[in-house]
Amino acid sequence: MDLIRLKNITKKYKNGVTAIYDLSLAIEKGSFTFVIGGSGSGKSTLIKMLYREEKPTSGQIILGGLNVAKLRDGKVYKLRRKLGIVFQDYRLLEKQTVYENVAFALEVIGAPDSEIRPKVLRALEEVGLKNKVHEYPDKLSGGERQRVAIARAIVNNPKLLLCDEPTGNLDPELSKEVMEVLDSINKNRGTTIIMATHDRDIVNRMKKQVVTLKQGHLVSFVEEGKYNDEGI
Amino acid sequence: MKAFRMLKRSIRDAFKSVIRNLSLSFASVTCITITLLIVAIAIIASRNVENFTSEIEKDLTIVAFVKNEAKESDIDELKDKLDNMSNVEKYDYQTKQEVKKHMQEESEVFDTVLEGWSDEESPLKDTFQIKVKDVNKIKDTAEKIKGFENIATVKYGEGLVDKLIKAFDSVKKGTYILVIALVVVTVFLIVNTIKLTISARKREIGIMRVVGASNFSIKLPFVIEGMFLGLLGSIIPIVGMIYGYTYFYNKSGGYLYSEIVKLIQPDPFIYHSSLILLLIGVIVGMLGSLSAVRRYLKI
Repeated sequence: MDLIRLKNITKKYKNGVTAIYDLSLAIEKGSFTFVIGGSGSGKSTLIKMLYREEKPTSGQIILGGLNVAKLRDGKVYKLRRKLGIVFQDYRLLEKQTVYENVAFALEVIGAPDSEIRPKVLRALEEVGLKNKVHEYPDKLSGGERQRVAIARAIVNNPKLLLCDEPTGNLDPELSKEVMEVLDSINKNRGTTIIMATHDRDIVNRMKKQVVTLKQGHLVSFVEEGKYNDEGI
Repeated sequence: MKAFRMLKRSIRDAFKSVIRNLSLSFASVTCITITLLIVAIAIIASRNVENFTSEIEKDLTIVAFVKNEAKESDIDELKDKLDNMSNVEKYDYQTKQEVKKHMQEESEVFDTVLEGWSDEESPLKDTFQIKVKDVNKIKDTAEKIKGFENIATVKYGEGLVDKLIKAFDSVKKGTYILVIALVVVTVFLIVNTIKLTISARKREIGIMRVVGASNFSIKLPFVIEGMFLGLLGSIIPIVGMIYGYTYFYNKSGGYLYSEIVKLIQPDPFIYHSSLILLLIGVIVGMLGSLSAVRRYLKI
């Protein structure tokens, strides 16, 4: 079953740059998909449209029964509660502890106190940070910070996890750590993961679905794909 | 239940934020305090001027002297005419014997001088003392009464009264404008300070939006924070007003310079004014934070 269906998506920015040309794509539930491409290929724009930070100029995005392209600004939060988002720059609250950072995601959507603690601890356990709950982000390594961000993204048990270059700031060793966590979330929770990256080693090692974009056009969409240098 | 939970968390977050952003919170509170202090002084000044003006206006009286040859039936006719005048609040009629008695009671000099005159020789006249409803029309009313038959002359402190009323009127208007201008300046300052508080927390708002907080729940802690800052900012002006004005009132014995300028009694005046200050602080803090948070949300 498809979790996401994109039909003839075109995105043209106000400054006249077209980031995506007529893109159609279907992503299955429970899959792990890399979106690759050089800078300006449109991979970030694609991820942003999926969480409705950007609106497509034309076309349809159906995500879990919601028409994301037509979602009004005031209703965007309804979509966001169904997905988790991980960024390259972690986006943690520096003045709050690891626990508070993860709990924050549940608190702001009004979850009852009794649910928050077990859910947060479970998410932190999954990313291997149960022993760091009281630390502040500035005491953590880059890999650990990103794992906190992942715990925050999955704490509400979303169907979809969007990752925009999550290993962009990390060295290969720490990147591996993060990718192991993402892989186990995909396998254990059955969370669908879409990850934009330009890390060749990761893509080649993980052997997942690969969507290749080039200057806004879909070049290929293959199972167990490799990092296609010629396509980019 | 959920709404209550959100409110509870918003209040907690608002408090936390005030403490975490202590220097910015302090700046906001200081700014609110200073402007509310000026507003407090303006309120005290304008209300006292208003009070003083109306006290003086209440005392304004037209005195109409009746001609000596007027008979008793003529007096009755005059009374009827005054009863029918729309601007006449009430009047008091005194015969010249009564006037004489009054004056003799008031001072020994008058007593001695007046004693020698019989009723026929007396220079005094029967008088009407007339209070008007609208002091601004006192001139017209006086003119009309002057035109009545059997009225010798009319006095109402012409030039002086006119000038006094005009002066007080402009003082009153001036203080109103000052208070309004200060409130506007306060709003502007608070909007900007809370904008700073919020832009310092832009990141937090961004994360809230990413994890699916609704616009309302994003706004709520900031609005509560704004109201709380407004509340904190109004404490010193309110305490200052209550103790300061009471002290001033007691020290001056309730009068300013002379017994003509009577001050408003502190109770309940200071409490009403404190409530106004509190409301200005809280509402302005709320509006400021609302307008500031709107800038960072796509609504």
